[in-house]
Amino acid sequence: MTTKQIKTTAVENKLIGLADIVITAAERSKDPTIAIPIRALSNVAFNERKGLIEMGNKKQARSFFNVGMAKKFMQTVLVADALFELQRADLTTSLREIYYRTKHTIQDSHENTFDTQDESDPVIEDLEVSLGALREELHVRAENSGSIVGPVVFGDDGDRVDCARLGKGGYSVPSIVEPEYLEVRRCTADFLLLVEKGTQWNRLSEDKFWRRYNCVLLTGNGQPPRGVRRLARRLHEEYKLPVYVLVDNDPWGYYIYSVIKQGSINLAFESQRMAIPKAKFMGLSSADPERYGLPRNVGIKLNEKDIARAKELMNYQWFQKPAWQVEIKRMLTSGLKYELDALANKDFQYLTKKYLPRKLKEKDWLD
Amino acid sequence: MNKKNALTQPAPSASPRKTVPEPVAPKKVAARPVQQVTAVEMGARQREISVSEFFTKNRHLLGFDNPRKALLTCVKEAVDNALDACEEAGILPDVMVRLEVVPTGGTTPSPSQATRFRITVMDNGPGIVRQQIPRIFAKLLYGSKFHRLRMSRGQQGIGISAAGMYGQLTTGKPVKIISRTGPKAVAHFFEVQIDTKKNEPLVHENKQIEWNQPQGTQVTLEVEGKYQKGRASVDEWLEQTSIANPHVRLIYQTPEGETNEYPRTYHELPPAPREIKPHPYGIEFGMLLKMLQDTKSHSLSGFLSSDFCRVSPQLADEICKTAMVSPTMKPRDLKSHAAETLYQTIQNTKIMAPPTNCISPIGEKAILSGLYKQIKGEFYTAVSRPPAVYRGNPFIIEAGLAYGNRPENQTKPKQLAMPKAEGEGEDEDSELARVIRYANRVPLLYQQSACSMFKAVLSTSWKNYGVTQSRGALPGGPMVIFVHMASVWVPFTSESKEAIADYDEIQKEITLALRECGRRLGLFLRRRERAASEYRRRNIFELYIEEVVEACNRLKGGKLLKEKLKAQLRKIATSRTGGMKTDQALGKTGTGPEGLPHSIIVTSEGVEGEVELASQVEADAAATVPPVDADLLGDEKLSVGATKSRAKKAHLRADKTPQSKAAQMGLFAEKGSSGKKPIRTRTQPEKPNKPKRPANAAAPRRKK
Ligand SMILES: Nc1ncnc2c1ncn2[C@@H]1O[C@H](COP(=O)(O)OP(=O)(O)OP(=O)(O)O)[C@@H](O)[C@H]1O
Ligand SMILES: [Mg+2]
Repeated sequence: MTTKQIKTTAVENKLIGLADIVITAAERSKDPTIAIPIRALSNVAFNERKGLIEMGNKKQARSFFNVGMAKKFMQTVLVADALFELQRADLTTSLREIYYRTKHTIQDSHENTFDTQDESDPVIEDLEVSLGALREELHVRAENSGSIVGPVVFGDDGDRVDCARLGKGGYSVPSIVEPEYLEVRRCTADFLLLVEKGTQWNRLSEDKFWRRYNCVLLTGNGQPPRGVRRLARRLHEEYKLPVYVLVDNDPWGYYIYSVIKQGSINLAFESQRMAIPKAKFMGLSSADPERYGLPRNVGIKLNEKDIARAKELMNYQWFQKPAWQVEIKRMLTSGLKYELDALANKDFQYLTKKYLPRKLKEKDWLD
Repeated sequence: MNKKNALTQPAPSASPRKTVPEPVAPKKVAARPVQQVTAVEMGARQREISVSEFFTKNRHLLGFDNPRKALLTCVKEAVDNALDACEEAGILPDVMVRLEVVPTGGTTPSPSQATRFRITVMDNGPGIVRQQIPRIFAKLLYGSKFHRLRMSRGQQGIGISAAGMYGQLTTGKPVKIISRTGPKAVAHFFEVQIDTKKNEPLVHENKQIEWNQPQGTQVTLEVEGKYQKGRASVDEWLEQTSIANPHVRLIYQTPEGETNEYPRTYHELPPAPREIKPHPYGIEFGMLLKMLQDTKSHSLSGFLSSDFCRVSPQLADEICKTAMVSPTMKPRDLKSHAAETLYQTIQNTKIMAPPTNCISPIGEKAILSGLYKQIKGEFYTAVSRPPAVYRGNPFIIEAGLAYGNRPENQTKPKQLAMPKAEGEGEDEDSELARVIRYANRVPLLYQQSACSMFKAVLSTSWKNYGVTQSRGALPGGPMVIFVHMASVWVPFTSESKEAIADYDEIQKEITLALRECGRRLGLFLRRRERAASEYRRRNIFELYIEEVVEACNRLKGGKLLKEKLKAQLRKIATSRTGGMKTDQALGKTGTGPEGLPHSIIVTSEGVEGEVELASQVEADAAATVPPVDADLLGDEKLSVGATKSRAKKAHLRADKTPQSKAAQMGLFAEKGSSGKKPIRTRTQPEKPNKPKRPANAAAPRRKK
């Protein structure tokens, strides 16, 4: 609890700093300006040694008295104000609620401070990066859209949550899993399997795959939300669990894997706390259809977007390992993508009974 | 009213597209052969046509097609005459028009229900000598303007007597006239009717009376009519008349008892137009034949050189030689075949263009004055083209433009700041421009789309000037487009004289004038846009400063010196948005508009451009005083009605509301009430010698 107190104060101070920027600039008749690190490919670098995407030093000035930026500046200060309020009240909230909290019509005008949530979301990310505060620290949470099951015990608001005793539904991963919110009391698993799709996670959970292979099953229902990523990272770090990723065999699947492993371009500054550079790509690999005898007719033709995306991925620094170049090229050559669900073509329990056991046995994964 | 084509053509005719068959000639004897009938049978039918018969058959040609139009035509004829007379006599016209409902069957219906009206038009003109009064008002085809080629409103010598005749046919009432030729002369009162058989006046009453007016003429007609405001109404016609004739002071007492005054805002008479002889290119063959008969010359060459302009005796001889006719022969003896050769020869001979100094344009300043007076806009401009010639007839095209809403009106709807929901935008403005057309200073209210003036407006690419325009449509926006053609001979498309015919030369001149107006409008709009964007910038900052300061204050736990921070930020904003430079672009520093001759710009800070002219208008408008009712009528019988109307008026004045204003014809179609400014009596006489400054400069807000 004490750590929490100190941390929030730090965040509060960071937010108050924004007001100080305005006040100080005004005193000196200067244009109030906030420096915001640029969140784009141009400002990230892949740290090969650490295996992380790291944010560069490029910053962009957001000035008040610039017609193009004035509104953004005003919005930034408004969001900071709302975040400060959250800190004070010790509440967490969603992106959407921040939007509604800060939205109003500016006095004597027809103008709204924000017209859509698309305007407020990036401002929150701007603040995260420029203040160097995580979203969780800012008390902003995402939807709880992850599930976990397996031999792990949490302490959540004083409640003991044993994920081995929650049936096939498991525990719903909260969006904020920082130690002050979620305590990991015990974990006896041997590894962690992060599954892209909820359907496959359900299959594995129902088949009690985790019991047989003594692992933790985690899913984020698509692109894993921050809570899921952060939890995987904590179990990986705190309990030394190897992390395996199971995704569809398509460019989007590769991308999800890369975000889990190296972090995302947009929020590269969070890689430090989120990325799991040692995570392994279990599948579905473009080599699997042949190896596991999946018929061509359960494949899906790559569309133009897929092809473009795949080619883009091949250019990313973190996909330069020869094995990865082969992996992606093979997909492009075949012209097909495969969903995990396609394994059901062979047997409903093919994933649980054949595919994963063989993968684990053969240690057939990509790094 | 230029009614030349209405009846037989004494002057060069030029209706290139007759929509009506050959005008029915009001000859006293109409001997029109009908096919398959013997001469004897015909002879039995041939008889004099009474003027009333002629009138009844041709009332549409004279503007009496329906009761509403007839009411307008009567007013128009009387007002046109009053203005013509004053101008010819060199007097700045003061004209009073009054419409009164005449009780029918013992009750006085409301103006919109009424079917009978008394029209009174009074002027301060030269008056009419006693002997002439009966014939002027009760004899068709009697007038002073017929036998000359000179720019004037009236032409035929039929206008006012036709109106009198219409009254007589519909109500049986005589025309009442008071006229006085000067302060030393006595005033004469007449009641006349027309002997419809003989086309001769019948004098019912003729006496000397006391009249408060030192000089002038007053005509009272009782007619069947219909009073309805809006498009093509008496009200609209008077207002448009006042725009094109700002040298006229016009007082209009409506049938509702309201008194509207259109003040004189231009204090110079238009230069008197000069009379010219017809140009040989402008006449038609039939006309030539008639002139050959009527001429006073004894020789053909003498006829050509003295009855036409730009034909010297040498040129006359040359023409005769080429046409192989003797220059010395009697014009009357030229027979049809030879006459035709002569006509062709004339058309093929190179003859100098007619003199153009016979035309009296309204002038840019006066147009500006008129527009500024009647239309509340932001930008005004006027263009007078140099004289040009079509078919031997000199003419001048003038165009003007009033654009936008006054700053004070712009902000009105914005004050209601309704919070907008997601996805909600602002409604589009679909207002279209309005075209007002004039021929020899007389408004044309009918047949707009057939008129070459209107067509020229449509074919002008207004988009080039920063105004919206859909294909084949009028330009969009709050705009009034003014077009005037001044000519000794205005070519109407038909006898009803409502639309101007398409002559290339005329079309070209109108287009050039409109383009110049458009170019200036574009310049103004660009300038305004530039200034507005600076202004908007500063405004955005002002708007956001509030938000930012409030948020900072909360971040600082409410311990901030808010006002101080606001002031500091505002100072930075001003220095960042160009400060003085912006003020200048916004026209706040009083420098006039660049590259915008003959224009007025109204900003929230004041008036630019023809400032003096605008000041004059404002001063004149502010100085309007109630008309002196008592002066209007000297005759007892008549003054009964007058008293009654005064009483009613007093009553109505008390509850004068914006509705009465809105009911006035709106120049801007939709946003009616903001578009015009009929100055009424009893307005608080402010005393501005400077143009009035709209009062909302204090808190300009960003417009989205
Ligand atoms: N208010 C007036 N003051 C002085 N003279 C007038 C007045 N009204 C009419 N007249 C004289 O009476 C004449 C006849 O008027 P009338 O309206 O019948 O014909 P017009 O004006 O010549 O031509 P039009 O038929 O085109 O109106 C005029 O030409 C003018 O000389
Ligand atoms: Mg007349």
